[in-house]
Amino acid sequence: MGKKLMLGNHAVARGLYEAGVRVVSSYPGTPSTEITIHAAGFEREKMWVEWSPNEKVGAEVAIGASIAGARAFSGMKHVGLNVAADPLYTASYTGVNGGLVFAVADDMGMHSSQNEQDSRHHAIAAKVPMLEPSSAHECKEFTKLAFEISEQFDTPVLLRLSTRTSHSQGVVEEQERVERDMGDYKKDAEKYVMMPTYARAKHPKVEERTLKLIEYAETSPLNKIEINNPEIGIITSGTTYQFSKEAFGNDASYLKLGIVNPLPTQLILDFASKVKKLYVAEELDDIIETHCRKIGLSPLGKEIFTYVGEYSGPYIREKITGEKTPYLEFGEPIPVRPPILCAGCSHRSVFYVLKKLGVMVNGDIGCYTLGATPPLSAMDTCICMGAGVSALHGFNKARKDYENRAIGVVGDSTFIHNGITGLINIAYNRTNSTILIVDNSTTGMTGHQNNPANGHDIYGDFTAKVDLEMLCKSVGINRVVVIEPSDMAQTERVLKQELDANEPSVIIARMPCALLKTTKHKAALSVNEKCNGCKMCMRIGCPALTFADNKAKVNSTLCVGCGVCTQMCKVGAIGGEHED
Amino acid sequence: MKTKSIILVGVGGQGSVVASRILGNLLLSQGFDAKVSEVHGMSQRGGAVSTYVKYGKEVHSPVVEKGEADIMVAFEQMEAARWLSYLKIGGKLIVSTQKLPPMPVITGAAQYNENIIDKIKALGVDTISVDALGLAVQAGNARTSNVVMMGVLSNIMDFELAAWQKALEESVPPKALEENKKAFELGRNISEKVKEV
Repeated sequence: MGKKLMLGNHAVARGLYEAGVRVVSSYPGTPSTEITIHAAGFEREKMWVEWSPNEKVGAEVAIGASIAGARAFSGMKHVGLNVAADPLYTASYTGVNGGLVFAVADDMGMHSSQNEQDSRHHAIAAKVPMLEPSSAHECKEFTKLAFEISEQFDTPVLLRLSTRTSHSQGVVEEQERVERDMGDYKKDAEKYVMMPTYARAKHPKVEERTLKLIEYAETSPLNKIEINNPEIGIITSGTTYQFSKEAFGNDASYLKLGIVNPLPTQLILDFASKVKKLYVAEELDDIIETHCRKIGLSPLGKEIFTYVGEYSGPYIREKITGEKTPYLEFGEPIPVRPPILCAGCSHRSVFYVLKKLGVMVNGDIGCYTLGATPPLSAMDTCICMGAGVSALHGFNKARKDYENRAIGVVGDSTFIHNGITGLINIAYNRTNSTILIVDNSTTGMTGHQNNPANGHDIYGDFTAKVDLEMLCKSVGINRVVVIEPSDMAQTERVLKQELDANEPSVIIARMPCALLKTTKHKAALSVNEKCNGCKMCMRIGCPALTFADNKAKVNSTLCVGCGVCTQMCKVGAIGGEHED
Repeated sequence: MKTKSIILVGVGGQGSVVASRILGNLLLSQGFDAKVSEVHGMSQRGGAVSTYVKYGKEVHSPVVEKGEADIMVAFEQMEAARWLSYLKIGGKLIVSTQKLPPMPVITGAAQYNENIIDKIKALGVDTISVDALGLAVQAGNARTSNVVMMGVLSNIMDFELAAWQKALEESVPPKALEENKKAFELGRNISEKVKEV
């Protein structure tokens, strides 16, 4: 107990524990992942925590636990809520038994995402309340309050986070866990069986609930008016509140909305009447601003603030006052430093071979998306989890002539998440599609989480392991080949053979992630006098290889001896201690 | 007091998260409100990363913007140049002399900027440059260069050595504590010599 510096995500996990939550089920996704990681650090007998195969499953597990009477939770990133939207929208109708909360972490600025969607739209469309904390301290407090609101109003509650809220550490005070009695389970078909008859009866109740929630929002301490200087009045929420405070401190007045759906009316009108000039500062879409206009106000919002990316204190100040913070500039262009595949990454050789073969690569979400960047540049598409498999089928149906020169690439965790359904479709609706599962035995990009294909649960315990070969065969794929991607000749031979095949096939490139603690590394390689400066080895984009004085050079602190560069070298100049 | 800002910049994997944890624990022990903003996910994979540490009576935004950092700690030369605009005019820079060529330089599509540290000094920036990697190797582990930099930083921040040492102990795994202590000490001592020059 006591005050600690905690990540916003860690504080949410602490809030789950203190709120007496019994079941947590989530799929990893930056910036939400650490909630579930930290939740797994508490006694599992009190709070069971698991990685689910995808967000829909995670949300449904939490719904089931709630129906059973337990407080339950699922955390996800913004795009994960799209996957979990189906259960969410109907759980809004059924309501809850034990408190039910879903955290959704938006990624303004797209630090680690494929789009910048504003998840508040989901709260509006599903007609559920959404709370938005602005600091690590509030992350814990709002999490606990979310469960109270869930039970009081018989509704799932969304907790909206952002990259800055989730990944900033702030001071948090720990409290004791409060256990809750679940009572006996009682069957209640009218509440939980959402077929038309019962659902029709539910919809008006959802509308009534929204009215009650608006009433609650009018007076809840979560929505706070701070009157300082009445010249400038800013309506804001979440991190943008912190940015606004940074910009103006006590030189402006604020309406800080802790409940971002539904929005209060009287409270906003009241605030507007107390300030001279009204602003709405909200990242991404103009949801608060639109509401203000609907209730007859004309605030300055998206007329001065952008719909794109993250805001900051100086940005808000500049947009309102025109004041800029002076700064120095280096004065020379500086080469970009994009993220790259790590030294020893099992994906590197695969993408080099795909580039060499000149095939159309239908990609997916994961570390391997970095195969799209130079010098590998071997990816044509990346849309969402699973599309690497399903979209290839569509591409091949539209362009039969590509069946032998297009491939779908998907990671092990992503394949489980949503790739398998696309593969069933390939077999069922018959294209000669070729799918490459790059199986590195972990969910890599989000920080190495276990998943159903690696046989370990969130606690690191052994558990059932999906047999990918058998799974693919069982859905009707006859050709399933496993390769060792570090062997480039084999990789090339098998890729050609399976692309040429006149039936669908799956290639599993199996090699554990180089960053896993269990992965054994070989000694660093070195470049000998045979190097003629041809730069063949530079084509694989390995961070452990540099080129100086017309020779390649190995950075021995980064090199893990994977030997891919050795295979690239035509003159036998790279080897050293690595002898196979 | 007015909120103070420190920005740590470098390459994903250089240990900026641990360095920022040391700072966070230190500032909390001194009774400050503090916020530390980290980088996770895609941008961590060898990309350019920045971590923000802010402290004061009450900290609002966790983010440091252009012209705001009182101190910049750069774990790599090119990253010091890339993020230089984030330093407050009159702010202090501690830069490691380490060079990590980014992919466009590795592939020959771009050149690594020359004489970066001299050019930054020529702009009038109060700069301490340190061979943090060399000192980390001396401490027994090349991966402790982040802690060497914290040792250097300890000289220009007004906190007791014991508070730094306690924060270090709280922030690194016990089995790596000895080499990290050594790294911190080497950083703390070298910068005093640098200051004399």
